[in-house]
Amino acid sequence: MAKKNDLLPGTLDMLILKTLTRAPLHGYGIALSIKRLSEDVLTVEEGSLYPALQRLLLQGWVKAEWKQTETNRRARYYTLTAEGRKQLGLELSEFERMITAIGRVLQDA
Amino acid sequence: MGQTSGFFQRLWMLVRRDRFRSELDEEMAFHRAQAEKEFVADGMTPRAARLTAMRQFGNAERLKDRSTEVVSFRFETVAQDLRFALRQLRKNPGFTATATLILALGIGASVAIFGFVDAALIKPLPYQDSSRLAMLFESNTLGPRFHLSYPDYLDWKRMNKTFTSLDVFAPYGFTLKTPDGVQQADGASVSAGFFHTLGVVPAVGRDFYADEDRQAGARVLLLSHSAWQKRYGGRRDVLGQTIALNGQTNTIVGVLPATFHFAPAEPAEFWRLIQPGPDEQMRGSHNLFGVGRLRDEVSFQMALADIKTVAQQLEKQYPDSNRDRLGLMQPLTEVIVGDLRPILLVMLSGAALLLLIATVNVASLLLVRSESRKHEISVRGALGASAGRLLRQFATEGLLLASAGSAFGVAGGVEAMRLLTRLAPNDILAKMPYLLALGLNLHIAAFAVCICVSTGLVFALTPTFRLGLSGLRGTDMREGLTEGGRSSAGTLWRRFGANLVVIEIATAMILLVGAGLLGKSFYRLLHADAGLEADHLATLRGQATGDRYAKDAQLIALEGQIVARMHGLPGVKSVGVATILPLGDGDGITDFRVIGRPFHGEHNEVANRRASPGYFQTLHASILRGRDFREEEDQTKPRVAIINRTMANQYFPGEDPIGQRVAWGYDVKTAMEIVGIVNDLQEGQLDAAPRAAMYVPYLQDPSNLFAVVVRTSQDEQSLLPTLATTIHQIDPGIAVFDPETMGERIHDSPSAYLHRTSAWMTGLFAAIALVLSVVGLYGVIAYSVSQRTREIGVRMALGAPRGSVYGLVLKEAGWLIGIGMALGLVCSLGAATLMRKLLFGTAAWDAGTLAGVAVVLAGAAMLASYIPARRAAGVDPAEALRAE
Repeated sequence: MAKKNDLLPGTLDMLILKTLTRAPLHGYGIALSIKRLSEDVLTVEEGSLYPALQRLLLQGWVKAEWKQTETNRRARYYTLTAEGRKQLGLELSEFERMITAIGRVLQDA
Repeated sequence: MGQTSGFFQRLWMLVRRDRFRSELDEEMAFHRAQAEKEFVADGMTPRAARLTAMRQFGNAERLKDRSTEVVSFRFETVAQDLRFALRQLRKNPGFTATATLILALGIGASVAIFGFVDAALIKPLPYQDSSRLAMLFESNTLGPRFHLSYPDYLDWKRMNKTFTSLDVFAPYGFTLKTPDGVQQADGASVSAGFFHTLGVVPAVGRDFYADEDRQAGARVLLLSHSAWQKRYGGRRDVLGQTIALNGQTNTIVGVLPATFHFAPAEPAEFWRLIQPGPDEQMRGSHNLFGVGRLRDEVSFQMALADIKTVAQQLEKQYPDSNRDRLGLMQPLTEVIVGDLRPILLVMLSGAALLLLIATVNVASLLLVRSESRKHEISVRGALGASAGRLLRQFATEGLLLASAGSAFGVAGGVEAMRLLTRLAPNDILAKMPYLLALGLNLHIAAFAVCICVSTGLVFALTPTFRLGLSGLRGTDMREGLTEGGRSSAGTLWRRFGANLVVIEIATAMILLVGAGLLGKSFYRLLHADAGLEADHLATLRGQATGDRYAKDAQLIALEGQIVARMHGLPGVKSVGVATILPLGDGDGITDFRVIGRPFHGEHNEVANRRASPGYFQTLHASILRGRDFREEEDQTKPRVAIINRTMANQYFPGEDPIGQRVAWGYDVKTAMEIVGIVNDLQEGQLDAAPRAAMYVPYLQDPSNLFAVVVRTSQDEQSLLPTLATTIHQIDPGIAVFDPETMGERIHDSPSAYLHRTSAWMTGLFAAIALVLSVVGLYGVIAYSVSQRTREIGVRMALGAPRGSVYGLVLKEAGWLIGIGMALGLVCSLGAATLMRKLLFGTAAWDAGTLAGVAVVLAGAAMLASYIPARRAAGVDPAEALRAE
């Protein structure tokens, strides 16, 4: 199991929601996008996206749809719902608050 | 979106579970294919690209599982575990059946005994706030727990400061006039507030009015529920009907609830209001027991001190009648179930030990099984089952096994309870009415669930312990995967399993010793010297009431007729008549004085019996000195008495009692001359200490209530109905009851019943324990031999003789047996000391029993280890070495 660069608990959901704000993506696309945007720092065990996606689907924060890719293969694309967008907002502000707080503690110490 | 939509989505997913999985599969495959394509584009070989993509993706099976878990209900994994556990158990029917049977035995025994414990000791008695009730007695020079007189009762009631109410009852039954003649009927006379004190309200009709017993001519009674059903078919119009009890008409005013029982007076069909007569005016006439309810703030000690003070005041006030009569009180619950408590606790401990053996036995079976499942566990771990998931799987299997055992155990236990009560003699059961409600109830169910869960946990933890958490976590997974690898775990198991078998042997030893001691006590009890020869004796009791038997002369004539007719019966050798037969409750106590000795008002209480001339001869009681009563010794002759040996030793030490003159305390003018000393007849229960007793001729002081005892040369059992018809031929108006042989009187006596039951039950437990522990030992030794086959092969190849292989195996077994038995010996001595009270004529340290048990256990255990030893010695060295 990946021991380094483990994500903070709960952040995976947020990252997935964030990557979906631009366009609907399939699982592989989401993994690729997170990897690229973080400049290879955040390499999740790619498979762990799927349990997370199931969780988001269940909450109604994303929708899934089978579509053809450019290479003519069938893939499941995930789209952000309005609910999901609201949730992302909530999580982002919560995350900001955390980071600021942690930052303050670290500066002070 | 809320919880609800999540629920429906889950439900939807559950319906389309297959589709969900295939979509997930496809999605994941797509992901890996894309990644692979990317790596190839980056210049990797296709093979390397595929492996890297897979590695980067992670354990697909586990991820699929986790994804499924997200959308599934919690019970789904439980159901999955259950399905798997069931499949596992079905795959090994031998193991499953054995384990379930062993467990069912252990649990069944515990449940059955707990049922009795619950009925007798846990369930409150059917009275309001039963823990605040006390039973009151007077004690005298003969011992505690004797009767109160009616005037004493009234004074106690008036003078005490600690009871909210105090009442009395006299549990002596009545004669009942029926169309078929006069019968004996069970019942009690009670004071007006009796049911009010108990907090019992009649189900039909009314209770006695307060002070109704002070009104002249209030002849009313309450029916027990069963009498109402049996005699009146449960009809409502029973109220106001009349019944003739003891020749007097009584009116039924109510029916008691079905749940009501009152053991000290049971069996009882009729609860009659006490009717103070001439006897009730005499302070010296003791025939009542008291029942009182304590005031709220009063403790039992305070109440006891209070009634002791009252009794002392009465003693001062009425020195003639109340000298040496002390107040005594015990909690009602204690009086009712106190005697039963030690026996039940011993049996419950026995059952618990049996359950322990059963659990240990099944646990070691599980250990062996987990040994063979090591490979399977490793494979499952390698395929991604988490430690938690594996643990849950074990727990499920353990609980499933425990549940199966419990289900059979509870069913068997409940059946056993029913069987045990059916085996009890009816009149003993009648005296323990709280056992009648025996059966499955909430307490028993809760108890069974507790046992089930705790054994289940033991079984869940056993394989975990064996495999070790590290095993589950996967560090020695590789070891598990390589078949035939011998790890240190082998020795660990042997040590652990061996410990378990030591516990089993020790426990079996405790149970065997307990059973041995109780068995010996029972034997001693049945062969206790009661002063008579019990075989070929038939007995019957009778009661002659009414105008025809109002005078002594009429009763004497009746005795003559009975003896003459019975003598004429075929096979009858001799006939005796007495007021009270031996081996009863030891009651019937009167105080006496020795004429010519200074008298300071002391009360010397002795058992008071009246006996016909043939009585001692019929019982084969031996007259030690002096002579028996003579046929012509009736009321025209000087009064005489025969005393028993204990009385001679107690009251005439160093003197010759023969020729001395004695008198009953209530009738000091009529002196009797002691003409003989009879060897002690046991007047009380078999295990009672000998007590002083005095016998006077029945013909000089006859009684309405009498007993006939007949010695026959034929079968005494078949004579019983003839005895009853013979008396009814003389007068159908005589009530006859309790036909029984002297053998039955001994075997069915309450003390014999309790001793027999505890001996048989512990014996049964011990037998099962012996089998289980020996089987357990066999299992350990056989397993050890199978593990050491190669070692033994090497030894033999190097020239070890077969004899030394026997020695090797038997030495291992011998150690286990030795340690187990030593441990068992120490524990059983402790256990025997704890149950000392239940033993009769047997020491807790009974060398014979201990030696016997040691021989049986060691013999059985050595036999069990001999079989694997022979198999070990039969090992072909070449085969054993090649087998690797």
